Amino acid sequence: MSTDSRLKRLLEAGEFVVTGECGPPKGANVEKLEKKAQCLIGYVDAVNVTDNQTAIVRMSSIGAAALLVRMGLEPVMQMVCRDRNRIAMQSDIFGASALGICNMLCLSGDHQKFGNHAAAKNVYDVDSIQLIDIVRRMRDEGKVECGDEIDGVPRMFIGAAANPFADPFAFRVARLGKKINAGVDFVQTQCIYNMDKFKAWMRQVVDRGLDQKVHILAGVTPLKSLGMARYMAKNVSGIELPDALIKRMKDAPKESRAREGIQICIEQIQQLRSIPGVHGIHLMAIEWEHKVPEIIKDAGLYPRPA
Amino acid sequence: MIVGDLKPIEEIEASIRDCPRVLVLGCRGCVTVCNTGGEKEVSVLASQLRIASQARREQREVREETIERQCDFEYIEALLPQISDVDAVVSLACGAGVQHVAEVAAGLQRPIQVVPGVNTTFLGAALEQGVWGERCQGCGNCVLEITGGICPIARCSKSLLNGPCGGSSEGKCEIDPEVDCAWQLIYDRLSVLGKLENMTRVLPTRDWSTSRDGGPRTRVIEELRK
Ligand code: SF4
Ligand code: SF4
Repeated sequence: MSTDSRLKRLLEAGEFVVTGECGPPKGANVEKLEKKAQCLIGYVDAVNVTDNQTAIVRMSSIGAAALLVRMGLEPVMQMVCRDRNRIAMQSDIFGASALGICNMLCLSGDHQKFGNHAAAKNVYDVDSIQLIDIVRRMRDEGKVECGDEIDGVPRMFIGAAANPFADPFAFRVARLGKKINAGVDFVQTQCIYNMDKFKAWMRQVVDRGLDQKVHILAGVTPLKSLGMARYMAKNVSGIELPDALIKRMKDAPKESRAREGIQICIEQIQQLRSIPGVHGIHLMAIEWEHKVPEIIKDAGLYPRPA
Repeated sequence: MIVGDLKPIEEIEASIRDCPRVLVLGCRGCVTVCNTGGEKEVSVLASQLRIASQARREQREVREETIERQCDFEYIEALLPQISDVDAVVSLACGAGVQHVAEVAAGLQRPIQVVPGVNTTFLGAALEQGVWGERCQGCGNCVLEITGGICPIARCSKSLLNGPCGGSSEGKCEIDPEVDCAWQLIYDRLSVLGKLENMTRVLPTRDWSTSRDGGPRTRVIEELRK
């Protein structure tokens, strides 16, 4: 079954796509959200809207995504399994679809321990793979999880995350295979700094023919500073940042480190473009949305296709 | 077994503030095995309560008893005379034991406070001397045969059925470098067992109604009912 997703259309046309990311504000500040999103118009094909990322309470991904639709951007609504049971999830998917949202990303979600409500109860009624399966059945079979018929089928283009750097490494491709079997259409990877390991993962993906079954968008995040590089290397589980990159940031003169970070990012994008099976990039310029035009232009990815 | 931690003494004190006669009641079941609420712990807590009331120059009588099981009316009722004679019972059993004692006490002539002395934490097992780990959440629909004998519900921080998530790193869970990633353990175990295919197929959504989500659960064996 088809959706109205432009992201889907471009991927199927064989375009090398660019998705961006926009974290909603910690409140109802629409202006702030619109300001961030404004920087992305024309430079990305779709924008991920995070769902209370790192378990910090923010404007809902569905609300923020609907605001982006109003601005003419195409959102990818993220949905985590931490905060909703299958009743709330399916209900929100209906609502999202009604508001013109046609891409979503199914995620486990960061544990609430990392956020500002560590005392909260978590849900995990379903996991991310089961969520993919639920959304696919809603779309393709017109049924909710219990088997009841749907009145007005949500046409979602279904995404998921993949982390090639998590453990056990040997199982990571098999896990991607499970997501494909559950019905995922595209995956966005964790941000890639260890290019060799990513290539090794992609080789396994291509060897198994999985790149024929799912669109893989490689995740990149520009390093804003040496501090950020060090922090990511040390504290963010599931991210591998080679020492050579930290050294490169350190060796750059202080005032041009931000540009160095962008330069690294552009080089990474160029490398990723040449890896077989990579169908696009997912650019997560966290709180650096205004740098997206520069990165996309310098990476030779501008203008974006219609 | 059921594992628990002794509550802070101040909290126990606060819950029996105006009670001149107190019975500290232990249980010889799980809480004895996990060194939380057996005879020894009863005696230590009783002395602490005595010392605390002496320090406040309060008259308080603190008695000690430990019974076979607090989750059986039979054993509690055998102790009725001692219970009916106090103002408060501090139960060092798990939450089930505390509730059973409270139910018996509620049938007596005088109001008797039954308060917990233990925070019941989990269904677990002894890992080594002095260390216990959570192993089961009583979900009512066991999947250990699929997961190589390692419980994803109790031991994965997100109770994932199709793990591991992207936070699994070097065998540890994203929530804490001290916590093992259950799905790494499952992967390793299934590799040894030659059953990795259990992990490559998608496990469908679960029916949680067998768990607490279906409401309080009761078990009946008709033949045993009188
Ligand atoms: S699957 Fe359920 S019953 Fe089995 S060990 Fe885990 S929580 Fe307990
Ligand atoms: S890291 Fe492992 S144990 Fe922790 S939530 Fe993820 S899969 Fe579960």
